Amino acid sequence: MRQQRWLGPVMFMPAIIYIVALVGVPFLMAFVYSVGDVKVGSEGYHFVGLHNFKSVLQNPTFLLALRNSFLFTIVSQILVLISATMLSLALKNAFPGRRFFRFLILLPWVAPVSIGSIGWKWILDSLYSVINWVLVRFHFVSQFDTPVWLGEPKLAMMSVILVHTWHMMPFATVILLAGLTAIPKDIIEAAAVDGSGFFRTQFQIILPMMLPIISVAVLFGAIFTFTDMTVIYILTRGGPYDTTQVIPSLAFFTGILGSDLAEGAAISIFMVPLLVIATYFVLRQAHRAEVT
Amino acid sequence: MAVVETRKLTKIFKRGNVGAVVNVDLESREGEFLVLLGPSGSGKTTLLRMIAGLEEPTSGEILIGGRVVNDLTPRERGIAMVFQSYALYPHLTVYKNIVFPLKAQGVPKEKRERQAEWAASLLGIKHLFHRRPRELSGGERQRVAVARAIVREPLLFLLDEPLSNLDAKLRASAREELEQFQKRIGTTAIYVTHDQVEAMAMGDRVVVMSLGSVRQIGTPADVYDEPADTFVATFLGSPPMNLLPADDFIVGFRPEHFLPAGVAERPGEHVSFRFHITHSEYLGAERILYGVFDGGLFHDRKAVSRIPSTHDAGMNDASTHTFAVAQQDLKFFDRQTEKRTAPRRLPS
Amino acid sequence: MASPKRFRTWFALIVTWIVRLTFAVLLAFPFYWMLITTFKRTTDLYNLDNNPFIFNEPPTLEHLRLLFTETMFLRWVGNTVFAGIIVVIVTLLLAVPAAYALARLTGGWGAQVGIAVFLTYLVPSTLLFIPLSKVVATLGLQDTIWSVILVYPSFTIPFSTWLLMGFFKSIPRDLDDAAMVDGLSRWGAFVKLMIPMSTSGILTVVIFAFTLVTQEFVYALTFISSASHQTVGVGVPTFLVRGDVYYWGSLMAACIITSLPIGILYNFFLDRFIEGFTVGAVK
Repeated sequence: MRQQRWLGPVMFMPAIIYIVALVGVPFLMAFVYSVGDVKVGSEGYHFVGLHNFKSVLQNPTFLLALRNSFLFTIVSQILVLISATMLSLALKNAFPGRRFFRFLILLPWVAPVSIGSIGWKWILDSLYSVINWVLVRFHFVSQFDTPVWLGEPKLAMMSVILVHTWHMMPFATVILLAGLTAIPKDIIEAAAVDGSGFFRTQFQIILPMMLPIISVAVLFGAIFTFTDMTVIYILTRGGPYDTTQVIPSLAFFTGILGSDLAEGAAISIFMVPLLVIATYFVLRQAHRAEVT
Repeated sequence: MAVVETRKLTKIFKRGNVGAVVNVDLESREGEFLVLLGPSGSGKTTLLRMIAGLEEPTSGEILIGGRVVNDLTPRERGIAMVFQSYALYPHLTVYKNIVFPLKAQGVPKEKRERQAEWAASLLGIKHLFHRRPRELSGGERQRVAVARAIVREPLLFLLDEPLSNLDAKLRASAREELEQFQKRIGTTAIYVTHDQVEAMAMGDRVVVMSLGSVRQIGTPADVYDEPADTFVATFLGSPPMNLLPADDFIVGFRPEHFLPAGVAERPGEHVSFRFHITHSEYLGAERILYGVFDGGLFHDRKAVSRIPSTHDAGMNDASTHTFAVAQQDLKFFDRQTEKRTAPRRLPS
Repeated sequence: MASPKRFRTWFALIVTWIVRLTFAVLLAFPFYWMLITTFKRTTDLYNLDNNPFIFNEPPTLEHLRLLFTETMFLRWVGNTVFAGIIVVIVTLLLAVPAAYALARLTGGWGAQVGIAVFLTYLVPSTLLFIPLSKVVATLGLQDTIWSVILVYPSFTIPFSTWLLMGFFKSIPRDLDDAAMVDGLSRWGAFVKLMIPMSTSGILTVVIFAFTLVTQEFVYALTFISSASHQTVGVGVPTFLVRGDVYYWGSLMAACIITSLPIGILYNFFLDRFIEGFTVGAVK
């Protein structure tokens, strides 16, 4: 049976080659660009050391984008975690119409991000926002002073965070739900018999047991959030005045629209440390799960 | 005063009737070890869970310590439970598992420590305090589960097949430990099992259940020697009681009472049969003989005999001998209802 | 007269339903909004005095008409479907054998390569797009649909391989061995036994890979500039505009048309996906 030892490698090599060629090589190229002077249309390549990084770090826009990236990621992940936990607990038990609810709840994740975002752009439109109409109707704000959701710096950041949270929630909920249903029923019953009330059971039994899966959801969420530019690009283009600019969107504007490939690459490299750290924790979690 | 009582307790599941419980009246005495015995689907676990408060009865009442507890949550009933899987909290140490119920009731720290130490020394697991459940063996986990149950000094101790996850060799010693433990503690215990050996060995009284109904409640001697119907008669005892139809009734006698003439030492009259042995099993201390009757009332019907190996001389396959059963060991059941009836004479 | 226990149960139920309904509304509202906007007259939409939640003027199909006849929407859908089909085929051709080989390779390194493959899925497009834009330009694929057809498998393959590994692992090895004892070669066992047995897994992968293609934004935005070559994910938010003003009616129509079918398809296959995910994780 073992005479076809070459079959295994032949079967997976094409996939590996494709991945190496279109992920591995470009990944290395990003580093090469960041220490060079490549621009779109330029022919040669000169090594410039850390020049690009120095220039990037001295750029106040970049520092703003760096701060925004962390703010954007941390706040949205906290919001996602809290809401997904509540929602997964509410969806845990079967109830009539659960299938339909699940369909509704999945929509923000399943619809293309850009589509969901442009939908929100309409809802948050400076003139015709339905939210503003409701606020004016209930006299929370005056008709002439309605919030400019995507035009005022603080509001813009809030809006962008909320839309991204909206988009990520279903994903986190599905993962947490899987973790919840994996908890054996009789542990919950034992807690009930032991006299544990609702809150004690949630916080001292259920949540600790869900910790591995919660950390997986948070790690993946953080990766997808920190490296995402779509929501911001569509809602605010990074504005007003770069107040919602984040690292990936800045890399886009600099490297693609601004044609400065080297500087763009240098900016995007700043996402790598977080990727590495998050990946390390994901692997550690996976390893732990296999050991127990 | 009865510690636990159920009155006409019924549970019907919406989908099908497996595990349903029908009109069960039960009363348990102070300090007794009451076993709920039955095959799977007999409703014994459902009954236990209703007493615990984990399952809502469809109708009927449950009383613990003299008061109706139907509307009380498990925590308010003063019970403790050991689950079949032990249900130990995997992320807590053994010590934290044991004190969890005390913490939940707001018991102050020193008292918690004392109680935990007391429970743990009773079960010999003090040295395991800092371990996690996944580091423990099956037997150790079982003892931690019992410690967690006993630490609150509950009114009632509920156990759901706690020995079935242990391997056979361990089961016997764990069984003995549990028995001794319960006698020492003196707390009333209700124990669910499908294993009739466990039931006979451990129970002060046995509740034999089938398809949701109670067939008989009695001491191990009662249910074994004086079964109330054919179900109880065949469920207890291995190999099961021989049941043979005759006219409008059924005669039953246990394999160990069906012995070669001359071997039997039971007093009183005996009834004899010619018995042809078809095959046998040698089990070491005893021999099981399978065969058919040769002539007489039960001609060609199968029966099983169980004789001590010391008396198995000549009991070879394909041989025929005269076997006898004492009159007092014949049990009679109504053919229709399958319930036990008064003894009669066997026609020849 | 409710006992404390009964009251608690009712209270918990009410709170649970409040949570369910609140989140369902919050999460689905934008799509409802897309639906309503699609059928509302422009004069109704842009009249601030009107209640936006109801139809103040009778509904219209004007936005849909505009979308289908005067914009490139159908072109974008066509481009996306075309790209999707080719990408799915390429993905299957590469990922199915790879997943099988990795699932059946004994020893730790099969699983480790599998994890490494999955990790490449986490490398973001916003890091790779700059080097890849140069690669695409060098290959002359700039501003064509082929640029994304080339690049998309770089994430659909890792994702699909990992999914399929889970499915293959759930099929007992004994079946492979039985087939080989019966005279099939390993490749034969793969083609004649494994693949037919994994149709549900493969179908799930087809759906998920296709939705990954439809959801992608960054690469399409980067590599494709002209409207006629664009995918639906980029075309809709970018080109349904005249100057600075969005055609909101048609835009929302495009949104709802794109979202609902994908939503229904995905929902249907999610159970299969979770099965594969959890089964794959439990060895």
